[in-house]
Amino acid sequence: MAVSAHEAVSPGPVRDHTPPARRSGGRGRSVLEVALLTVLAVVMLFPVLWMIETSIKENRDVYAIPAKFFDFKVTLDHFRDVFVASGGGPSTLSVSFLNSVVVAGVSTVLATVLGVPAAWAYSRFGVKAKKDQLFFILSTRFMPPVVVVIPIFLMYRQAGLINTQLGLILIYAAFNVPFTIWMMKGFVDEVPPEYEDAAMLDGYTRLQAFRRYTLPLLLPGIAATAVFALIFSWNEFVFAIFLTSSDNVRTAPPAIAGLIGGTTVDWGLVAAASVVFALPVLVFAYLVRKHLVAGVTLGAVRR
Amino acid sequence: MSDPAPLTTDRPGQVASATPPARGRSRRLSDRGLAVAFISPALLLLLAMSVFPLLWALYLSFTDYSATRGGPAHFLWFENYTAILASAQVHLRALTTLIYVVGAVALQTVLGFTIAYLISRRTHGRGLLTTLFLVPMMLSPVVVGLFWRFMLDAQFGVINSMLGSLGLGQVEWLTRQRTALISLIVVDTWQWTPFIMLIALAGLTAVPKYLYEAASIDRASEWFRFRTITLPLVWPLLLIAVLFRAIEAFRLFDLVYILTSGGPGVSTETLSFHVYKVAFLGFNTGTASAYGILMVLVVIVLTQLYLRYLNKLKED
Repeated sequence: MAVSAHEAVSPGPVRDHTPPARRSGGRGRSVLEVALLTVLAVVMLFPVLWMIETSIKENRDVYAIPAKFFDFKVTLDHFRDVFVASGGGPSTLSVSFLNSVVVAGVSTVLATVLGVPAAWAYSRFGVKAKKDQLFFILSTRFMPPVVVVIPIFLMYRQAGLINTQLGLILIYAAFNVPFTIWMMKGFVDEVPPEYEDAAMLDGYTRLQAFRRYTLPLLLPGIAATAVFALIFSWNEFVFAIFLTSSDNVRTAPPAIAGLIGGTTVDWGLVAAASVVFALPVLVFAYLVRKHLVAGVTLGAVRR
Repeated sequence: MSDPAPLTTDRPGQVASATPPARGRSRRLSDRGLAVAFISPALLLLLAMSVFPLLWALYLSFTDYSATRGGPAHFLWFENYTAILASAQVHLRALTTLIYVVGAVALQTVLGFTIAYLISRRTHGRGLLTTLFLVPMMLSPVVVGLFWRFMLDAQFGVINSMLGSLGLGQVEWLTRQRTALISLIVVDTWQWTPFIMLIALAGLTAVPKYLYEAASIDRASEWFRFRTITLPLVWPLLLIAVLFRAIEAFRLFDLVYILTSGGPGVSTETLSFHVYKVAFLGFNTGTASAYGILMVLVVIVLTQLYLRYLNKLKED
């Protein structure tokens, strides 16, 4: 089963590496392992490379049969189409990118402002039923979005929040707060509470001690946490597609998905839009690579 | 309450230990106020955006409410639930979901662990390799879904093109009943293998070196070392990753929506996609709510399992 998954994406090479030099000592085995890793890396990266390649191919080469891997004409037309409408002026896609920046940015700020103090309080004080509260908070994050969106949709319809950026911001913040609390609690736990005690002996209040001594030490952690929240909001699709409908509110994921609605699909444009959309995420993910394990498990697992 | 001393011995990590006794009481009270002030805004947001909607869904699940028809809702009590639990349609979706979740998570676990194991045995280029392998995981499901849809396209797709140049036949990946579900599993595996790999790698690098050294002094075979040292030490962490992925796969909606829209026929309709169809295409809000509540129950059970293992891992 495992092998068939590879064969679905990579052509021949998988087969060459399997049986011959099994028991020929350390060197042969090491070569085998490197070869296997290389094959796996190629398989994992091929779709990404293919996406980038398609985004700079001329349309004729995009639809070439058999597929052209190397000798294609390079063009940046698709990238221009992502940002500029055919009649001049900004395209609907570029508007959606801007919306994404606003929605992801504001919801991240909101989640951080609400989540960081809560994380500090959970870490420092003996709150009643702390463990239960924290588990409850994390489990709200696990709710299936398709299920949550049904009552949220009705709620927003009543409150006039359907098809508004504020509606998206609120729901994204609500989904990022549990993550922020769990992730930040880990960071706060790493700062010794004695710093605050010492400051309080010097006459500062608890709040001042937090602001002056603990908060500066937490800044790198806050930055990493915010970056993850930003990525989650940026990539989110389910709420975006059900809660917004017009082009000037819609964020990028549903806008990009909307590109395949028609009878013919401009795959070059889809690829270029995807590249533009994914690039910031990859850059951000690279910046927080040290915290990835904690980040992708919603702060539950720490190295 | 009156005497702070026993409190501090109860909780050795408590900050109150350094407080001078005379000011202890007022400080503790203000601490409590601070805790409430800092925690309640976050909890209020969660109550408003997660708990209240779920309670509303719970109420709707007992009624025949429809979002489009409007009008007053009539109480049906458990009729929606019995209808869903008895429905052959739902059973079929449950089976599809089960195949998808088990298939995808099993594949990811095997592949992810293999890659992590291979990387952990390298001394050079670990960081670069890990970074490269992680790319798929960071992409939005929309991008992943769209892109695989293009690559798996029967006519222009690069996969079929490669199969063709190998002299193999063309496969209608997304438009045949049987291959569509396999394609879905393959795409999900492609995206989330890095997740398992990342966590397995964290576990593997945490295994103390001296254990291996001791084993190699005893001339233990490679397989023996793997079975008695590596696996038992990595397993708890791996289990967390597997459960996490299982919950995520169970909730999955976007990839199905983009890649196959549940088709062809209903061959790739998972439970969450079916809920969407009942709620937003059929507008049976009451039924959909009951359906959703049932799904939430499954998620809660899985989450409890996940949190229990997480707790165990943290206590060790």
